[in-house]
Amino acid sequence: MAPIEYYITLSCILFGLGAIGFLTRRNAIILFMSIELMLNSINLMLTAFSHFKADMAGQVMVLFIFAVAAAEVAVGLAILICLFKHIKSVDITKFNLLRW
Amino acid sequence: MDKFIFLIPLFPLIGFIFNGLLGKKLGKGVVSFVGCLTVGFSFLTALFIWKDLLALPPEERLFTQVIWDWISVGGVHVPLEFMIDPLSMVMILVVTGVGFLIHVYSTGYMYHDESYWRYFAYLNMFVFFMSMLVLGGNYLVMFVGWEGVGLASYLLIGFWYQGDENADAGKKAFVVNRIGDFGFVLGLFLMFLTFGSLSYLEVFPKALEMYESGALALNSGVMVAMCLLLFVGATGKSAQIPLYVWLPDAMAGPTPVSALIHAATMVTAGVYMVARTNILYTLAPTALLVVGIIAALTAFFAATMGILQYDIKKVLAYSTVSQLGYMFIGVGVTAYWAGIFHLMTHAFFKACLFLCSGSVIHAMSNDQDMRHMGGLAKKMPITYATMLIATIAIAGIPPFAGFFSKDEILWKAFTFPYYPVMGKIIWTLGTIGAGVTAFYMFRLIFMTFHGEFRGTEEQAKHLHESPVSMTLPLVILAFLSFTGGWLGIPHLIGHKLGHVPNILETWLEPVFEHSAKIVAHVAPTPHYPEPLEWSLMALSVAVAVIGICTAYYIYMKRGADLPEKMAKEYAPLYQLIHNKYYVDEVYDFMIVKPIYYFSVALWKIVDAFIIDGIGVNGPGWLVKRCSAGVRLIHNGYVQTCGAFMVLGLVAIACFYLYG
Repeated sequence: MAPIEYYITLSCILFGLGAIGFLTRRNAIILFMSIELMLNSINLMLTAFSHFKADMAGQVMVLFIFAVAAAEVAVGLAILICLFKHIKSVDITKFNLLRW
Repeated sequence: MDKFIFLIPLFPLIGFIFNGLLGKKLGKGVVSFVGCLTVGFSFLTALFIWKDLLALPPEERLFTQVIWDWISVGGVHVPLEFMIDPLSMVMILVVTGVGFLIHVYSTGYMYHDESYWRYFAYLNMFVFFMSMLVLGGNYLVMFVGWEGVGLASYLLIGFWYQGDENADAGKKAFVVNRIGDFGFVLGLFLMFLTFGSLSYLEVFPKALEMYESGALALNSGVMVAMCLLLFVGATGKSAQIPLYVWLPDAMAGPTPVSALIHAATMVTAGVYMVARTNILYTLAPTALLVVGIIAALTAFFAATMGILQYDIKKVLAYSTVSQLGYMFIGVGVTAYWAGIFHLMTHAFFKACLFLCSGSVIHAMSNDQDMRHMGGLAKKMPITYATMLIATIAIAGIPPFAGFFSKDEILWKAFTFPYYPVMGKIIWTLGTIGAGVTAFYMFRLIFMTFHGEFRGTEEQAKHLHESPVSMTLPLVILAFLSFTGGWLGIPHLIGHKLGHVPNILETWLEPVFEHSAKIVAHVAPTPHYPEPLEWSLMALSVAVAVIGICTAYYIYMKRGADLPEKMAKEYAPLYQLIHNKYYVDEVYDFMIVKPIYYFSVALWKIVDAFIIDGIGVNGPGWLVKRCSAGVRLIHNGYVQTCGAFMVLGLVAIACFYLYG
């Protein structure tokens, strides 16, 4: 197997890409994808640690994260669909009513 | 009968509560009946107690009664107790007796007033507090009465409160009284600190003991301070310099109130207090000197203020201040019984004078200006006769009452054992003041009752003698003004008349004997030759006669032009005296205005700006401003929200890694 540093690096790069995407993209669906990317990068890191430490706890946590991510996406997309019905767009700059 | 001392204050208290709560509904008849009856019962109870007191030998004449263990905490024990000895006997008889006569008079005088019930409630309340003051067995009960009569005075002076000047006069009386009471309370503190008690039967023996054992020197700082502080209270209550300014203004109240409170009883509380505290004062000669000097100055200057007043009640008010000065001269030269004697005779003739003036004012349709009066003698014979008797009494012509008491005081001032030289000076001021007294009193008589009527047609039609309810007390008081002095015939005259005793002096001897012993020991009076005493007596009568003749000359003989001519000729002096030496104006400028502006500053700056603005509204304003800035964070963009989330995450990570 590759040394653990490679997995950590990869995970960090993926997380960074996901974060940047989350902060800069305008399309709400791309935003969701970035969030998924961040979550999955964490999954990768957890699995790597689980393998290298020979401890199943990491992989168990990964399963938790799968479930949570799935639920979160379901709810998030449901909200987005409701929002789309009113605003007719998935551009997040259009969601600006919650302001002072 | 000593079990019944508490009834004397209780009856008027019941009267006050009854008339206060139910008076309005029950009508004037019931109110008058209850109001007068309660004080009448108090007087009867006092008479019964007097009878019992007389049955005892002189050294044992003392009744005490403890009602309730009022204050009992730590080392402080002050019960609600009463004490009757010869001194309080004299006082309570004067208070309830003259009080009863004035209540009867008021039924006539105040008959047409719509707040009749309130008047009698307050008047009964006053008698209640005054009897507490006089019958109290310790200084704290006296102080309760002291404050209470100040309250009653305020309520009664401002009785017709709808008028601004009346309310202001009541306020002035109460505030000036309070200033005096501050000194009084400080004196009480000092007394408690020194003697560990406020009870008469504990303080005085302790003081004597401390003096005899040498623990307390004569004229020690503590005693002088204590006595002077108590005297400050007396200057406020009994209208001496510098706190007399409330009494002339107090004439805004109904005339019977002026008679009862500001002539006969309340203002004499200060004299009673000093007489009660005679042992402590005798042990502090400096305090006595201060009392004597202030009293002499008051007696003289107040008399001069009376000569140019045109309001009949104001003349009597300044006369009261002046006569109180005489009483304080009496107690100030250790002639305590003489001060009390003058208190008693003054109560008779001053109450008579005030009630007569009320009768006159009533007839003049409430006009009090003497320049509008004149020739009333024919229209109001009873009032004229009684007022004349009382005036002769106050002028000090024998054998009327005022002569005996005033003369005794002046002689005792002349022979002041502690400070003989000052005594002569006090005597001089007092004698000149007596002449001035005779002058202004007869000026009052001549302007009011003699000559031609100077009022309007309307007033002339209404001139009538007063009803019996008003004239009967006048007659009784005039009789007492004539005969009251015979209770204190000095030994000089008494011997000539065949061993007539000095009744009052003998009666009051047990109260003042300790003081007399101390004075005799410390400063024995040199023997003054008898002819000197006779000549001084003749001199005071002569001075009074000169005063009367001067008044007659100016106001009767020469007609209306002389007073006006004199006013123009001596214009600056006239203005000075007519405006009462501008004392009120000086006080206003030096004390009232600064306090007023200071209060306004406190209000506008401290209260409105600092406390309300910065303390209360400040935080609210601050929160509003800050939130107005902070809320701009919510710009509606989702990315902003996301950015903060990431920043927070980074912060936590840093904290975790490096913290």
